[in-house]
Amino acid sequence: MFDIQNIRKDFPILGIEIHGKPLVYADNAASTQKPQQVIDVISDLYTKNYANIHRGVHQLSQRSTALYENARETVQKFINAESSQEIVFVRGATEAINLVASSYLDPLLEQGDEILISEMEHHSNIIPWQMLAERKRASLKIIPLLENGELDLETLPELLGPKVKLLAVTQMSNSLGTINDVSSMIRQAHAMNIPVLLDGAQSIAHIPIDVQALACEFFVFSGHKIYGPTGIGVLYAKKKVLEGMRPYQGGGDMILDVSFEKTEFNEVPYKFEAGTPNIEGAIGLATALDYVSELGVANIDKYEQKLLKYATVQFEAIQGLRIIGTAACKGSVISFVIEGIHPHDIGTILDMEGVAVRTGHHCTQPVMDCYNIPATTRVSLCFYNTKAEVDAITGAIKKVKELMG
Amino acid sequence: MSELRELYQEVILDHNRNPRNFRKLELHSHHANGHNPLCGDKLELFLEVKDGMIKDIAFIGSGCAISTSSASLMTQFLKGKSVAETRRYFDHFHDLVTGQELTAEDLEGLGKLAVFAGVQEFPVRVKCASLAWHTLMNALESTAKTAQTED
Repeated sequence: MFDIQNIRKDFPILGIEIHGKPLVYADNAASTQKPQQVIDVISDLYTKNYANIHRGVHQLSQRSTALYENARETVQKFINAESSQEIVFVRGATEAINLVASSYLDPLLEQGDEILISEMEHHSNIIPWQMLAERKRASLKIIPLLENGELDLETLPELLGPKVKLLAVTQMSNSLGTINDVSSMIRQAHAMNIPVLLDGAQSIAHIPIDVQALACEFFVFSGHKIYGPTGIGVLYAKKKVLEGMRPYQGGGDMILDVSFEKTEFNEVPYKFEAGTPNIEGAIGLATALDYVSELGVANIDKYEQKLLKYATVQFEAIQGLRIIGTAACKGSVISFVIEGIHPHDIGTILDMEGVAVRTGHHCTQPVMDCYNIPATTRVSLCFYNTKAEVDAITGAIKKVKELMG
Repeated sequence: MSELRELYQEVILDHNRNPRNFRKLELHSHHANGHNPLCGDKLELFLEVKDGMIKDIAFIGSGCAISTSSASLMTQFLKGKSVAETRRYFDHFHDLVTGQELTAEDLEGLGKLAVFAGVQEFPVRVKCASLAWHTLMNALESTAKTAQTED
């Protein structure tokens, strides 16, 4: 069912060498590599089908428009949204969150109100709310982390007070791997009439997403973390919510009628897509989603869980290595520290072995503060990684200890 | 592995394990904080300058082997030198880690600091090696701001 060698052939970059060693790409939580199908569809667009969309009556513009709008439908189906009108193309998860902060929450938020986030959020799900809260003299409330990297959900009933205007939380932590029980969190928030934004930047590539079942008001993700191009991402919002929101940016394509006295805005989602959008990005993303669907997200999840388990056992056997983030429900992310060796040195040595990992705070400084560490080394695996690669990483970590010990 | 051995020489590993002048100077004339946001290296540098001479110099903080050993070796190197000379050493050190050509005389002038020549093969680590030096320049200019390594 999961023919790993054939799958790897779809990703040409996986065949290259780094410093004379076969590349072991284990930085998938930062960005994923692209299959040939995605590379080809972008090339095809520019060689056969490209023109601006929603404009011309000419054939190429119609083709391009059809590809772009089909991409929206592919996204809709992938996350099981009710309508493709609920899919707004943006630059990435970061822009999606900023859009919600500015077009949805800003007009609602009053002095003394609260925005509830968690201690494990990526900076992109902290800073937009912090900036907004500062402007409106509202405050951020934080769901705390437990020692094992899970959220302390016992605090939730108390935190979900009458002043909370939005709960914005990640479905999967990029630095700890923790997969949060968001269904329960959404239920509790909704019981208090509090809308919920889910940051799906990590979860989208690893677990099946059904926004109707989740019932969240907002779901955001980036294309480049699910084998698609950079510069494209998605804001999903319930249609009713979206219709009530004010435009994000002004410009072409987001209007129906313009005079210098008054402008009538276009319907959703176009109201939020001012200017010529990232056409190649949307089409590339749709191809990536098709690719993932063909493998099956559930199959991917199963394979990655096995790999995670294997890697965890291998890494735990290395003396002095401590895994940061040991939640019961985790995606294929392993953050670790080694006694006496700084992650940055580990990163350099692994790189010389052809192993690409992320070292640093992973844009989650509050998480690092919580564990009282400056940084970690993060191995993030996905469906194109193999057990042999995990062995190569383990071997490289042992070399680090040899060299620095 | 040879470039790695070149980078992580025994002197560097030793100064990482046992950094010299690793303490706060309660009495100091100059002080600055340094921060490398890329990897979270943080250091605090203290100097006691009298009559234009660096009488004492020390640091505290946490960072990778390159930044810690660089700070340690820098403090050893600069103790007893004049403030007027530091800019020149800063420039020479910077040239060394970025792979610019140095005259034999200038290289010799850097003494033990020459072990950081291996850094030039690792451009992303230049910031680590030069953090202490940027912090030093900030301290001597007595600016209150945190030094950032931007080169």
